[in-house]
Amino acid sequence: MPQGSPTIGDEPAAPTHSQHEDRRPSGPVVIETRGVCKTFRIPDHRVDSLKERAVHPLRRIEHRLLHALRDVSFDIHQGEFFGIVGRNGSGKSSLLKIMASIYRADAGRVRMAGRVAPFIELGVGVNPDLTARENAILNGVMMGLTRREAQRRLGAVIEFAELEEFADLKLKNYSSGMMVRFAFAAMVQADADIMLIDEVLAVGDAAFAQKCMDVFHERRAAGKTIVLVTHDMATVQSICHRAMLLDDGEIKYIGDPDGAALRYYRLNFAGPPRDGGDERQPMIDFNAKVVEATLRDPSGQAVENVEQGVPIAIDVVLEAARSLDGPGFAFHVRNDDGVVVFGFNTSLDRQVPIGGQIRLQGRIENRLVPGRYYLDCWVRQNEDQSVVAVQGLRLLGFVVYGTAPRDGVVTIDATVEASLQGGGAL
Amino acid sequence: MSEQAVQLREVPGPSALGGGTRRALELLYVIAVNDFKKAYFGTALGYLWAIARPLMQFGVLLVVFTHVFHFRAKVPHYPEFLLFNVVLFGFFQEATMGAVGSIVGHEAVVRKTQFPRLVIPLAVVTTTLLNLMLNLVVAFVFILGSGISPSWTWLGLIPILVALFVFTTAVSMIVSALYPRFRDVAIMWAVLAMALFYATPVLYPLSAVNAGLRDVIALNPLAPLFDLAQRWVTNPSTPWPGAAALGGPARLAIAIFAYAAVCVFAVWIFRREAPRIAEEL
Repeated sequence: MPQGSPTIGDEPAAPTHSQHEDRRPSGPVVIETRGVCKTFRIPDHRVDSLKERAVHPLRRIEHRLLHALRDVSFDIHQGEFFGIVGRNGSGKSSLLKIMASIYRADAGRVRMAGRVAPFIELGVGVNPDLTARENAILNGVMMGLTRREAQRRLGAVIEFAELEEFADLKLKNYSSGMMVRFAFAAMVQADADIMLIDEVLAVGDAAFAQKCMDVFHERRAAGKTIVLVTHDMATVQSICHRAMLLDDGEIKYIGDPDGAALRYYRLNFAGPPRDGGDERQPMIDFNAKVVEATLRDPSGQAVENVEQGVPIAIDVVLEAARSLDGPGFAFHVRNDDGVVVFGFNTSLDRQVPIGGQIRLQGRIENRLVPGRYYLDCWVRQNEDQSVVAVQGLRLLGFVVYGTAPRDGVVTIDATVEASLQGGGAL
Repeated sequence: MSEQAVQLREVPGPSALGGGTRRALELLYVIAVNDFKKAYFGTALGYLWAIARPLMQFGVLLVVFTHVFHFRAKVPHYPEFLLFNVVLFGFFQEATMGAVGSIVGHEAVVRKTQFPRLVIPLAVVTTTLLNLMLNLVVAFVFILGSGISPSWTWLGLIPILVALFVFTTAVSMIVSALYPRFRDVAIMWAVLAMALFYATPVLYPLSAVNAGLRDVIALNPLAPLFDLAQRWVTNPSTPWPGAAALGGPARLAIAIFAYAAVCVFAVWIFRREAPRIAEEL
């Protein structure tokens, strides 16, 4: 294992579980991608009008080339639940859009077998001026059903969305929750062989997210082929048969989900924290995974977001991916710009066997200004005198809401008074 | 899907009719009908607006052209002639103006689903066509009421409407395909459509124009269509006069050539732009 700054792709496979291997479907290939390239030309100076062309006919339009995908090749088998992970701008959404015939590849080809249904965003093509019924049929036709088929499935869609009483109401009169329910129901009605999904799970409340997961589990069990693009490693690890990590338009890893998740964390948490005065070399490794991470308000109620000034309670359960001896936990709270606002540490002076669960609970003073934050945790394991194994986990994302001014990154009490100096002789 | 049924097919990529012609036609039907309903169900007078709008426009033009320019004395059945032309040209103008921003207006479906791009401007034209049908009924009520008796030549209107529909679709394809890249198209087309209104025998019969000006008008593919339509409908006693009025087969050939050129250009530009529209938005 190399030491020092972690690099991607040249390290041996992470210690992983063979459970994924056992259940991986090995049917025929239904998605075949060969040498797909996609380059976007981003004009530095956007030319939107003929006048600009006419006034400066000789000025070359400066373009930046953005290589979204470079020579991407892979196969997906029938019945597989395949995850595509990567950071923002890694090319994963472009790849999905090429597979869904929304973008055209510059080079290479994609071949598929069976009917394909893309789910890029919830509620695309939903018309607020039409009733749920009319929208369901419109959506069905967009998904490639005939009008008759869409008509036949209408009842099931309305029922699934639990909107029987509101089927003839225009969608603009729906509450946002009803709208989400309807959009999801309309979307999953198409009985496609291949589903291409882009983070639609990220919408709605927890109950709705659960419902989405249920549907995906059910489709998976029915032997449908599903491709899921996501940031959420917990989903990838729990539901995918295989996963692929894209970075900078290239495949960095393709294989079991744990391996993809591990490499994703390595990319995302480049530069692990070092304790002051700790001269040991950090080495990124796979120590633990998140079983559960919950944010609570002071009354113990699970919440998604917290009000400014109200203390935050966290409740996290980790599972040891290998035996840990006295693991340390370093927490970072980052804001949306990636700045670490503050951090805190704890440790467990115990031996933890493989599969053993560690619970991390506590209270955090909340001086955060309103905005979006992430709670990351570095799990450290002392390897020997010179090496410490570190792993970054993203535990939570949350929003602090409030109306106070957003100067700086935290609020700190200050009592400063202004007075006139020199006796006010004017 | 059984093992032997697995047959890999190349992903088609985005295109004018991506996803198959059948699906495109189904989508066209559903969207056009929905848009038509939406346009008139939201207003208090409902479908009446579809009819009232051209009638009001017609009323204004009638006052101007009978009292200011005294066309009524020069042209037999001038009011009926004018109403009929306003309805026909209204279709062309409304459809093409609506088509300009249509693809940008449907940004979400273009960028997030595999949507046949051609369906979007085509739905605008089709919705407007439904409107035209309603308006033609009204126009014919007026025509019959004015004492013009039905004639076999009215059947000639069918190929003319088809030709007008095709031309309108072609222009809609051009403006909607160019608009995402050049937003000036909206303004340019508004001006151009107005110029076409005056360069087409809508307000005046072609016979009232002097020979020099007729040469210019002959370049406009809409001119022979309107000329023929109004002769066959409001003046059935006229024999096959189109070619003669336009100044002979040579000028008619120019118009036909211009018509064909617009159609070919429309297909070429739309096929070229369709695959990358999602990236341009």
